[in-house]
Amino acid sequence: MGEIPVFFLHGLVYAGLLFLVSSGLTLVFGMMNVLNLAHAAFYMLGAYFSYSVLNITGHFYLCLIICPLFLFILGMLVERFLLRRVHVYGHVQELLITFGVAYIITESVKWIWGNYPLGVNLSGFLTGSVNLFGLFYPVYRLFMFFCAVFISLIMAMVLYKTKIGIIVRASVDDTEMVNALGVNVPVVFTAVFGFGAALSGFAGVIAGPLLTTYPGMAAEILVDAFVVIVIGGMGSLGGAIVASLMIGELQSFGALLFPKLSLALMYMLMAAVLIIRPSGLFGEEQ
Amino acid sequence: MLLQVNEIHSYYEKSHILHGVSMRIEQGEMVCLLGRNGVGKSTTLKSVIGIIEPKQGSILFKGKDLVGKAPYQIARTGIGYVPEDRRIFKSLTTHENLLMGIKGGKTAKGNLGQAWSIEKIYRAFPKLEERRGNKGAHLSGGEQQMLTVARTLMGNPELILIDEPTEGLAPLIAKDVLDMLSKVLESGVSILMVEQNYKAAIKVAGRFYIMSKGQIFFEGDGRALMEAEDIRKNYLEV
Ligand SMILES: Nc1ncnc2c1ncn2[C@@H]1O[C@H](COP(=O)(O)OP(=O)(O)OP(=O)(O)O)[C@@H](O)[C@H]1O
Ligand SMILES: [Mg+2]
Repeated sequence: MGEIPVFFLHGLVYAGLLFLVSSGLTLVFGMMNVLNLAHAAFYMLGAYFSYSVLNITGHFYLCLIICPLFLFILGMLVERFLLRRVHVYGHVQELLITFGVAYIITESVKWIWGNYPLGVNLSGFLTGSVNLFGLFYPVYRLFMFFCAVFISLIMAMVLYKTKIGIIVRASVDDTEMVNALGVNVPVVFTAVFGFGAALSGFAGVIAGPLLTTYPGMAAEILVDAFVVIVIGGMGSLGGAIVASLMIGELQSFGALLFPKLSLALMYMLMAAVLIIRPSGLFGEEQ
Repeated sequence: MLLQVNEIHSYYEKSHILHGVSMRIEQGEMVCLLGRNGVGKSTTLKSVIGIIEPKQGSILFKGKDLVGKAPYQIARTGIGYVPEDRRIFKSLTTHENLLMGIKGGKTAKGNLGQAWSIEKIYRAFPKLEERRGNKGAHLSGGEQQMLTVARTLMGNPELILIDEPTEGLAPLIAKDVLDMLSKVLESGVSILMVEQNYKAAIKVAGRFYIMSKGQIFFEGDGRALMEAEDIRKNYLEV
């Protein structure tokens, strides 16, 4: 008894995590037309850094700030010095360079931290459970969910209430026009790319203690995040929210009901959406 | 002289589109560039705003060469660009589209025209205010065209480059758009307009260029254009 609400909550938590990862992926795609294959590697780096920062400082809350900041800088460097240089050669080259970055990060992670799972051990309040209407649920999972909601709200505020947000949304529509209106688009690209990396890294930090931290974690979430942005519609944040919820719940209940089929279910859902709406739920019609 | 285009050659990849185009625009003037489909009119505007970089020649705006600068830098010197197909931001509201026109940081200084603000735009073009909360995608063609012009005005340009503003609009709406451009001209902004339909353009523009196959074949005022019947027959739609 109580299984269904628990799995429902698990689904929400995973949806929050997925949204943190896929929002950056979809924004970068919407603006730059680049599918950033290194995006999930940033997520993994977030988890690994957090492991080390936690070991050194003993403060998990510090990881929540330091690691995304570090990935923000790393992301901006990758955009400015790698992506921008190959931009003139076209999308295939851009895709390849993000693949290269992902590869380098994955191999470096194995080299530095080892090719085995690491456990992140929390202490104190976050390790407990709370009583939710008679249902004991881990505090940490709730904490993850609230982090995701909190960040999504801030992101929505910035995107819809500030000039910077308007510029980003306009760039998803038509970068050339934004440029012709006097906005330094390359700088916007660098910042958004860095911001996406930071969000992904943040997701990695909060995922670390729950899911294991290991070199395959990037590839694992990349597949889900990719399905999310395809279902939601490439470039659409609203779509990413809805699709994250769908995939989060599908994964969670899939694991409960048809453990062997949950991946297949996800692809079936994606195929079904694409048959009905080729550009995704909220994607712009071609 | 506000804008002087000198012998520019522009390419898409390897195809040579502009073969030594020259033109000039004086302060306060509305100049119209005419020509058939595919002769290089849009390419000329794109070369000025920097979307395409001419491989030869120079483009002087207020005496400074624009060639090699990025579009955003050129826009900040005081040039507004209104492309063909309108290109409003579809997922932004009318109001947000207008906000996008404000140039961050360095706006052109020494603007002779009046300074535009969002209130002033709404006062001058009340139709836009009625639609302020609507998404760009939900505006009619005429409203979208007005919005692109107004959006450019928000950056207080000294010169507006506008590409086929009346294309695909019903005659009455097209007239509204041209009236709007006249208002803009009166406010002190100079305009370089690309058009196919010289009969509509002749009512608002002062001087004309006719282009064919990437070269200019005619330059003159409205009267000269009306007199040059052969040239009109050869180079314009009948
Ligand atoms: N992006 C592009 N890549 C390659 N060739 C292009 C591109 N855009 C335009 N061209 C070619 O350049 C030539 C000039 O195009 P341009 O758009 O300047 O013509 P135009 O005079 O504006 O025509 P229209 O009245 O149809 O808008 C055409 O032959 C066109 O096919
Ligand atoms: Mg054209």
